[in-house]
Amino acid sequence: MRSMIKCAVAALVTSTALAGPVSAELNGDLKIFLDTSNPAPRATMEAMISRFQEQHPDLNIETTVIDREAYKTQIRNFLTADTPDVATWYAANRMRPYVEAGLFEDVSDLWAEPEIAENLASTKGAMTIDGKQWGVPYTYYQWGVYYRKDIYEELGLSEPSNWEEFKANCQAIVDSGRACFTIGTKFLWTAGGWFDYLNMRTNGFDFHMDLAAGKVSWEDERVKQTFMNWKELIDMGAFVENHQTYSWQEALPFMVNGEAAGYLMGNFAVAPLREAGLTDDQLDFYQFPAINADVELAEDAPTDTFHIPANASNKEAAREFLRFVVSADEQTEINNGANLGQLPVNAKSSVDDDKFLNQGFEMLSSNSPGGVAQFWDRDAPAEMAKVSMEGFQEFMVKPDELDKILAKLERARGRIYK
Amino acid sequence: MSVTPTTPTETRSWYYRNQQAITPWLFLAPGILFFAVYVIVPIFQSFSISLYEWDGLGTAEYVGLRNYEDLYWEFVDRDAFFVSLKNNVIWLVMYLLAIPAGLFIALFLNQTVTGIRLYKSLFFFPFVISQVVVGLVFSWFYDPTFGLLNSFLGVFGLGPVNVLGNENLVTYGIIFAGLWPQTAYCMILYLTGLNAVDPEQIEAGRLDNAKGLKMLWYIILPQLRPATFIAFVVTIIGALRSFDLISIMTGGGPFGSSRVLAYYMFEVALSEYGFRMGYGAAIAVVLFVIMMGFIAYFLWSMYREEKGAH
Repeated sequence: MRSMIKCAVAALVTSTALAGPVSAELNGDLKIFLDTSNPAPRATMEAMISRFQEQHPDLNIETTVIDREAYKTQIRNFLTADTPDVATWYAANRMRPYVEAGLFEDVSDLWAEPEIAENLASTKGAMTIDGKQWGVPYTYYQWGVYYRKDIYEELGLSEPSNWEEFKANCQAIVDSGRACFTIGTKFLWTAGGWFDYLNMRTNGFDFHMDLAAGKVSWEDERVKQTFMNWKELIDMGAFVENHQTYSWQEALPFMVNGEAAGYLMGNFAVAPLREAGLTDDQLDFYQFPAINADVELAEDAPTDTFHIPANASNKEAAREFLRFVVSADEQTEINNGANLGQLPVNAKSSVDDDKFLNQGFEMLSSNSPGGVAQFWDRDAPAEMAKVSMEGFQEFMVKPDELDKILAKLERARGRIYK
Repeated sequence: MSVTPTTPTETRSWYYRNQQAITPWLFLAPGILFFAVYVIVPIFQSFSISLYEWDGLGTAEYVGLRNYEDLYWEFVDRDAFFVSLKNNVIWLVMYLLAIPAGLFIALFLNQTVTGIRLYKSLFFFPFVISQVVVGLVFSWFYDPTFGLLNSFLGVFGLGPVNVLGNENLVTYGIIFAGLWPQTAYCMILYLTGLNAVDPEQIEAGRLDNAKGLKMLWYIILPQLRPATFIAFVVTIIGALRSFDLISIMTGGGPFGSSRVLAYYMFEVALSEYGFRMGYGAAIAVVLFVIMMGFIAYFLWSMYREEKGAH
């Protein structure tokens, strides 16, 4: 009898050893909450999780995908009750409320591991608050001007390398009966992108970050200068009309139909533009040109992240999952053109051979000496982001009200930063 | 078997003795419990949260009446709170148009022709579909480039008008969308009311040579008073809690000019960028006070009416 049990145990041990070639034996439940609700990212994430599952067959993984916009409000509930083990979110100030409330797990130990410390150094700053790291990035993407190459060629224009050329191009496009740029500001943040670039080009990265941190007055002359540059474009008729009624997706048709020649956007705009029928011969990308030659170029490159909630129940498996996500191979895989179509965070990963990804990678790694910003609504505190982006939208519709708008933002600054 | 009969009053339990008084309360208990837990208690919680500054996650800091003071200054500066309050007033006034419109349609439909049931259903249809759908349909209708409204205006050489992108028109545009289902609601109230109109009184009116508007004003409308009262109540409450349409059609924009108090409260406390629970609660209290004013008035007039009836 005893020998039989022994036999059975031995068989069981060998079988599990065969099934799980990876050393870590993880078991229990792993609950993952994702905000990647768009079809392509969703499929990417699900495929990635199934690869993780293959490595850890004993782990019972449960994935929940929540609508991206709804996620932003639901996260406050699920971090406190019925908490998942892994959750997606955003870097920088956007994670601050949860870090300060003690709802995110400190994962500095992961960042101390050589595998991560060496290869993810470039995004460490964005994940750090109070000298500790609170999550890992899984993707980031460049911002810049996506434009209709065929329209530029038709009008004999080339990619601008400075502000004067930028405006001259725009004037030529406006004269041809088109708008230079499409934009949909209904959900405000798209105007934040314009402000980011105009302010970083006019006053530089450090000034921009000081403004986001509430250290500079909104009624400062330098801020006004940024808006004056913006106003030049608005007065010229550079932007499509009625942008305040459209979402960023609803603004895409203007570019597809050739009614607008460009779009200041993140790289995620490429996929829908291609789907709408624009070929790579028609679509191209350039870095937002310098306005003030004295400041270094800086870029927006928002980083999307994974975190472990402090109330998670299976932190060991969660940590293993985070290691898996940032590993060089997975990073290459999930960020390739067929999947997320963005930039990998691991320095050892390879960037997919895609025109836009290559240009973006090139730009961020060699032509952004000033620094890399996350995006206005992630760098500034939530309240300030909301009020200011509303101001940007109002300014784009009624540029002559600038003084009133800035006074309002200055009042908000006095209230929000204490 | 000789058992000493116990007197019934002794064996009867306490419950048995008092059941006349207790039973109604027992039946009411679940309702009272839930009403207390989900309605009454939160009212007081809102009052108490409005005295704190709290991001919904960390510890709350007691700030006294500072949130109300901030609201006051927002009002003085004609900032978001002022705009919301102003829009609430516009909603209250404009939304009441649903009552005469509903009455008109009800009078029109109160006839017996073939297929009248179908027509009635069609008119009632907008009330059945979700507000979200109403909002979507109307935002396509108003779309400045592709919308039906501007195509229509174009025929007369007018427009284009960007209703939802113009800070002066946007609230009216949303109210107009809201009137569509609300009119249907008022219509159904009046249709049932019209069923109860006393034919003898109409007959008597006819004999006295009343017709047309005079008949409506002196004979029909007085009999529709209960329906009017209910229509008034639901419309006022509907106007004050308008939220879905604003959220769907504009998200409070452009630059916050279509906000109402309910939406502003959601925005500062619960939306993507909202972390000010205390401030949101303060707005909720203000909204509560306004609603309370109306509700008290309704209860009072209902009470007066019942007294008059006896």
